[in-house]
Amino acid sequence: MQIYLPIAELSLNVFLLLGIGGAIGFLSGMFGVGGGFLLTPLLIFIGVPPAVAVATQANQVVASSVSGVLAHWSRNNVDFKMGVVLLLGGIVGSTLGVGVFSLLRTAGQVDLVIGLAYVVMLTFIGLTMLAESLLALRRRRRRAPPRKLHQHTWIHGLPFKMRFRKSRLYISALLPLAVGAAVGLLAAIMGTGGAFIMVPAMIYLLGMPTAVVVGTSLFQIIFVAANVTFLQSLQNQTVDVVLALMLTVGGVIGAQFGGRVGARLPAEHLRVLLALLVLAVGARLGYELVTPPAELYSIEVSPPAAVP
Amino acid sequence: MTAGRALAIAAALLAGGLLAATPARPAEELVADLSEHLIAITTGFTGTQVVMFGATEGSGDVVIIVRGPLSDATVRRKGRVAGIWVNRESMGFTNVPSYYAMASSKPVDEIASPATLELHEIGFDHLKLAVDNGEVNATEVPFFRSALIREKQQLGLYARQPGKVAFLGTRLFRANFDFPADVPTGSYLAEVLLLRNGQVASAQTTPLIISKIGVGATIFDFAHQRGAYYGAIAILVALMAGWIAHLAFRRG
Repeated sequence: MQIYLPIAELSLNVFLLLGIGGAIGFLSGMFGVGGGFLLTPLLIFIGVPPAVAVATQANQVVASSVSGVLAHWSRNNVDFKMGVVLLLGGIVGSTLGVGVFSLLRTAGQVDLVIGLAYVVMLTFIGLTMLAESLLALRRRRRRAPPRKLHQHTWIHGLPFKMRFRKSRLYISALLPLAVGAAVGLLAAIMGTGGAFIMVPAMIYLLGMPTAVVVGTSLFQIIFVAANVTFLQSLQNQTVDVVLALMLTVGGVIGAQFGGRVGARLPAEHLRVLLALLVLAVGARLGYELVTPPAELYSIEVSPPAAVP
Repeated sequence: MTAGRALAIAAALLAGGLLAATPARPAEELVADLSEHLIAITTGFTGTQVVMFGATEGSGDVVIIVRGPLSDATVRRKGRVAGIWVNRESMGFTNVPSYYAMASSKPVDEIASPATLELHEIGFDHLKLAVDNGEVNATEVPFFRSALIREKQQLGLYARQPGKVAFLGTRLFRANFDFPADVPTGSYLAEVLLLRNGQVASAQTTPLIISKIGVGATIFDFAHQRGAYYGAIAILVALMAGWIAHLAFRRG
């Protein structure tokens, strides 16, 4: 059964879209990240124009984050104060990002930048996560005491200190603002909610306790993704609501099954698996950038001047 | 659709027969029509085929050209920079038909003079694609030009092979044209030429409208005309979907 996607301007199989949404939802339920970093390349692979894939992905992230935040909220695992500060940074970053995206699109380099951003981020995060989770596994085997909550560095000498009770932190507001802005910028360009960047940044840079990280990150991502959706709609007209809805329906169902499977696996094993997955996607995209393409030429058609 | 097409062809055959039976009337040399004048892109649209049929008076060969609305296109060429393949040179083309398909009863080189081929833009070699803002020198134009045609063929918007105008008997002809699922909207023109001794003896032009119909069209127009409202609605829909998902799975 085919469905016509009005903004992407092509017909795709309904079950293919539901299946992709479901598979990504399964992974995101299992690992607690948005899964957008896998979804955007997949959408491009099945023929959705990159610009539409990126913008639509942001819309789908709004839906999956809302359902995630509600679940974490009921377990009291959302630091709203931290969320709002991250969000303020995120709005600035994502607004800048959509502007940059428009510029790159005119210059014809948007595909390259999306590809490069993915390779760099996926490799960096994959390696960090892999190293950290392997260390954690070894620690657990030795039954060594857990490390200190966080070390004190120059970062803790910055001005505008704020107290975040739920995160048990007393740090400069500049830090979460900067993290939020950086993630927002990347989110707009790469079309991800940025959870896979945000979560490690919150744990390792801000030193937040793991329990509140996912809920808080999802909370602020709702707003960043909503901002990206709005601005992409306004400036680039690339948000496809039909596509987003298909992916969401598949995604929420997949997430429930993923969550159940994830609950049975130990956290460190999960993180090793996710790290390997992230590295694999990064390597695949990197391979495409360096191998000679089958077709050197590409075309971009501007819409016909006069359509009755 | 197939039934309607068959009916249309039957009507054409009948019309052809009637024309033949009334020699008193001043004979039109060429009569042709399309099986459909409107292709509606609905939510279930997966591409379609349109039949051009007609009748000729006397001998001659038939060439049919179907052309989509003109647009501008930018062709980019990748090059290696620090080991990575990036878009480097680009060339802009204007007057690019968004769709182009040609069918003839015999290979066009045998039935039309070079001047005729040129004038009526018959075949890819004769398309009048104008180079816009070329950053590359003139010797590169043919490479970019053929890349443009190749990419369009890849998309199914330019026919790979010239189609066949099939004659039923000596006077009635028909030819099929395929339109892919992502065919651009707009007003198309189907040009039928009757060729004799390499020259155009008679010609007829028939319009074909391709437009989005129904929900898809409404969404597309709304997104392009009212971007802010569209964005706000997209967000609201996503918020609702997330909330409903939470409610639905809370118990499980």
